[in-house]
Amino acid sequence: MTADNSVAILREPGTGLGLIDVFQRRHLLALLVRKEVQIRYRGSVLGWMWSYVKPLVQFAVFFVALGLFLGLNSSIGFYPIYLLSGFTAVTFFSEAFQNGTRSIVDNSALIKKIYLPRELFPVSSMLVATVNTIPQIIVVWVLAIIFGWSFSPLAVGAILLGVIIIAILSTGLGLLFGAINVAFRDAQSFVEIIIMCAMWASPVMYQWSMVAQHLGPVWFTVYRLNPLTPAVELFHYGFWLDLNPTSGEPLPDLWLFSLIALLTALTALVAGQLVFRKLEGRFAQEL
Amino acid sequence: MPKNSDSAPVIVVDDVHKDFKLRHTHSIKETFLAAIRRKPLTTDFHALDGISFEIAAGDAVALLGFNGSGKSTLLKLISGVIRPDRGRILTRGRIAGLIEVGAGFHPDLSGRENVYLNAAILGMSKKETQARFDEIVAFSEIEPFIDTEVKHYSSGMFLRLAFAVAIHTELDILLIDEILSVGDEPFQQKCLARIREMHAEGKTLVVVSHDLDMVSTLCSRGVLLRGGQVAFDGPSKEAVALMRA
Repeated sequence: MTADNSVAILREPGTGLGLIDVFQRRHLLALLVRKEVQIRYRGSVLGWMWSYVKPLVQFAVFFVALGLFLGLNSSIGFYPIYLLSGFTAVTFFSEAFQNGTRSIVDNSALIKKIYLPRELFPVSSMLVATVNTIPQIIVVWVLAIIFGWSFSPLAVGAILLGVIIIAILSTGLGLLFGAINVAFRDAQSFVEIIIMCAMWASPVMYQWSMVAQHLGPVWFTVYRLNPLTPAVELFHYGFWLDLNPTSGEPLPDLWLFSLIALLTALTALVAGQLVFRKLEGRFAQEL
Repeated sequence: MPKNSDSAPVIVVDDVHKDFKLRHTHSIKETFLAAIRRKPLTTDFHALDGISFEIAAGDAVALLGFNGSGKSTLLKLISGVIRPDRGRILTRGRIAGLIEVGAGFHPDLSGRENVYLNAAILGMSKKETQARFDEIVAFSEIEPFIDTEVKHYSSGMFLRLAFAVAIHTELDILLIDEILSVGDEPFQQKCLARIREMHAEGKTLVVVSHDLDMVSTLCSRGVLLRGGQVAFDGPSKEAVALMRA
């Protein structure tokens, strides 16, 4: 029996609808994500524990250096929760963005031989990072409960919105830099620098009020326009502010800037997709 | 099922040109330095230079030509992996390529997981894969090892499984590039038989191979490429004779 090709129409191979095609091939996307999750730590004794060891060690180092030596632990209430929730947000961003940037080059064997919607790879990198982040969020959440966190729809909504902003932003940037990385491997190193800056240009280690003190109102607005700033603050809002910490105040205009961050992330997604489509015709030749 | 070879074409290749720019630089620094020294950044290579033909549903067509004549480039264009610079290619229905079998296999996954992953890569849904899973494993003849990680397979076992997946996908057009050079003689015969069976079911075949005797019996039509152009298009036996001349 032949497949029903009386209804099929003549079309150009190798052209598709980009991200829309990705969601039409959810089955393949799910298998790709599962594969990555499965093989990631295969052959290591601690396995998945490694994805917690790194952020926890980082956390411990910063906690000792900033919290104890620089005294933030006494000026910011529940500093461990503050630090850990912000860390979870930027770790999610950095993993999704970094792996998305490498995803096209890493999957060159497939891309050179079979036509697939290539957006699959940056999207699956983001989903793998999400899978990795969920248990970290649970760890922060459990710790927050121990310190007296109580459920509120607004807190949970804030965390979800933060996750959504980072997911969309990192997918867009992953598409953009993943496509550029095919021709210029410099993109990978450039992205590492962006991530390092992003980590310090958002209130993860310190509080936004310190920034507001040192920068004028104009630069403080610019600071808040960095989409990661409201995303991190949404995590703080959900996990940390709920505990009524000393010196705990939400970022001024948090919701407005969260909305702007969401729009920025969507813009990055559209721009990433456009550049990706422009460059993808040459992927198979250049890899 | 009877096939009408006069029916509408399933593959249209219309004045297709493909140049390869061989890029000499791979970082911004290198590009910058080369630009300053006025060295050429790229060199052009004309792989395909105005190719046109049509393939009707149910045809079996051999693409013939010596190394560098553009056969594999043409096959990649039909599969959609690369796109033409000028002209256009149109296809109808589902296409699957036996191009470098096993490209999507991951050594750390079991045979079973790889079957599902690769079937999905080749465009199969979960249901279609489940329905054909037993058939695929039976064809590969490696049942006892299906839950073993693929990295422990011998190269023969690996090829058998990869081939079995590719050849059981739901498709209308099958693209074959030098696949029958793999596996041992009995397995090659089995694959060839399966390909003939698919052709008998009305699937369209496009074959690239250096095994001229095999392709001239498998395919009725031959398209001979020379220097990126069609040198001959007609019965495969004549095309092979012309090529050997």
